[in-house]
Amino acid sequence: MAMTTNAPTAAPKEEFVQRSRSTATADSGKNLLNVSALKMHFPLTQGIIFQRQVGAVRAVDGIDFFVEKGETLGLVGESGCGKSTTGRAILQLYKPTAGSVKFDGTELTTLGGEQMRRMRRRMQMIFQDPYASLNPRMTVGNIIGEPLEVHNLAKGRAKTERVQELLKVVGLNPYFTNRYPHEFSGGQRQRIGVARALAVEPDFIVADEPISALDVSIQAQIINLLEELQDKFNLTYLFIAHDLSVVRHISDRVAVMYLGKIVELADRVDLYERPLHPYSQALLSAVPIPDPSVEQKRKRIILTGDVPSPVNPPSGCRFHTRCWKAQQICSEVDPEFIEHAPRHWAACHFPGA
Amino acid sequence: MADLLEVSDLHTQFFTRDGVVRAVDGVTFQVAAGETLGIVGESGCGKSVTALSLMRLIPQPPGKIVKGSIMFDGQDILKMDDDDVRGIRGNNIAMIFQDPMTSLNPVLTISRQISEALELHLKMDKSESRKRTIELLELVNIPSAKKRVDDYPHQFSGGMRQRVMIAMALSCNPKLILADEPTTALDVTIQAQILDLLKNLAREFRTAFILITHDLGVVAGMTQRINVMYAGRIVEKADTGELFANPKHPYTWGLLRSIPRLDESRKAKLVPIEGLPPDLIAPPPGCKFEPRCQYRRDVCREKEPELVHIPNAKSDHESRCWGTQAGGWLVDTDWRREIGDTRLIEAIKQETASVTATETPGE
Repeated sequence: MAMTTNAPTAAPKEEFVQRSRSTATADSGKNLLNVSALKMHFPLTQGIIFQRQVGAVRAVDGIDFFVEKGETLGLVGESGCGKSTTGRAILQLYKPTAGSVKFDGTELTTLGGEQMRRMRRRMQMIFQDPYASLNPRMTVGNIIGEPLEVHNLAKGRAKTERVQELLKVVGLNPYFTNRYPHEFSGGQRQRIGVARALAVEPDFIVADEPISALDVSIQAQIINLLEELQDKFNLTYLFIAHDLSVVRHISDRVAVMYLGKIVELADRVDLYERPLHPYSQALLSAVPIPDPSVEQKRKRIILTGDVPSPVNPPSGCRFHTRCWKAQQICSEVDPEFIEHAPRHWAACHFPGA
Repeated sequence: MADLLEVSDLHTQFFTRDGVVRAVDGVTFQVAAGETLGIVGESGCGKSVTALSLMRLIPQPPGKIVKGSIMFDGQDILKMDDDDVRGIRGNNIAMIFQDPMTSLNPVLTISRQISEALELHLKMDKSESRKRTIELLELVNIPSAKKRVDDYPHQFSGGMRQRVMIAMALSCNPKLILADEPTTALDVTIQAQILDLLKNLAREFRTAFILITHDLGVVAGMTQRINVMYAGRIVEKADTGELFANPKHPYTWGLLRSIPRLDESRKAKLVPIEGLPPDLIAPPPGCKFEPRCQYRRDVCREKEPELVHIPNAKSDHESRCWGTQAGGWLVDTDWRREIGDTRLIEAIKQETASVTATETPGE
């Protein structure tokens, strides 16, 4: 079955290869966000008074991708692969070391403070831990109302009304405005976080593991809420998560990260049914499926060892130390991020099944 | 076969300022030698407290096991004195905790921590226990175990620490290992490694496992039998195959359809369980799941159902629901239709089976 599905794409492959990496960020006008060659290194220093740099954690090390208007791009990977750093570097919460982030045609990395602040109205973030991301000393009304004041969107009575409207939108009682975060459960708090992000009517939301701190039966409530809001307000999401089943459910396209690099980027169905990169294949095979009959038949690829340190990543392909397909070339040459099939990029010397 | 562990009518309660929290409320189950039992439920349903009760590790006060019996190998753990319990703990029953960082002592070397149990329970001397420690680390696939045995926990990665925990649990050849969310803190590829290791160990040493988790995917591949817990009670228990093929409690249905599956073929809308789990200080008088159940009737609010065998199911399949009991209104409900289209599910199954068989390369 694998052969037949790959056959049609085998012929035009040459042509796609020639189009090379620049197409991963080609500006077709539909794109809300273009990221190219983005690097985010955190310096490691030694010494107390005179700190000298002895190395760098290469959290994100040259990634290219785009996000189209109205779509959800899922970003998956294991902890420490740089997916959260990517989200934050896009919103300029970290100053990227190199590369460009273009949002709706505007280059963000060179924007000044005031201009960036105005830009932030259009891009918001939902955080992982609803217990840590809400100020315990502010009422829900103040938490959701703050961005409205910061961006001069509403004041006084209008603000109160808007806050109540937002609470209704995320499925909470509008009369909760005077309560404090500790009076709410985890799922309700996450709804407050969503309402805060929505307050400024953004175009783009980075959702950083928005459901991983929640219980199973509550997760579905938040996923459904995010999907409804996307339809209603025409939102674009960058959905960062480590749970591949959830990413498959919510995303239109999916990017897989490993040790600071995107190793594969494709439409949802392509990625899950025809993964090209061995790491994506291993990742998919490792997810347990809640069905004993399926579980028994499945073949699992068990990777050996752990993710190497991003301070001193392996030479060549970063995955070669754990890859069962690795050859001499893999430890010497870093594979290019190439379009192997239409809209299906991967960085591997030996892609495919 | 005689059961290794027989828990009957276990009640564990916590006495707090706000009232009595009935964390475990009348739980009965058995584990046979060499068997793997899964306990599934959301946080706060009492699954961890059940495990801690088995080891008599409930902090007291505020907690107390108020009723019930735990027969292990013919002895009642609840009637033992503290010294006898200490002789069993780590020796005959061992435990693997969720977070390997907080459950290992950061200021002691790995060798000290593993050999402690060996010297205490098996009366080994220093050199013997060191040799055995290295063997154990090799058994759980820690590379260059000889060198690493003198390392401290912070020098190990998360997956490696969990391996150390497993080595420690195995050290005295226990008959039963309680694994409380052993892979929840780990990444998915590391989770696959650890689950694979546990499976092999269970087969090799004929150790019985109780695997506690919230992840239905994990229990599907690992266990022979499953208890589903909700609000301190077992609401459904059955063979693993039977439970997934023929679930008989609305809460189990809810769990199955509220998570997206990796092998779902289209973007089906998720159906969450509405509302929140009940407050265990003042639980609902009838069925504990009644306030969140979409199939509820008046009887559910008035009287709590017993855990009984249900019609059209295997003999040891029990459920705590008025609706699916004999004469109930859910007996003929097709749960597959309740969680999605039947044909769809079958189609997906066949598709994934063939895809994984042909496309997945071996190691």
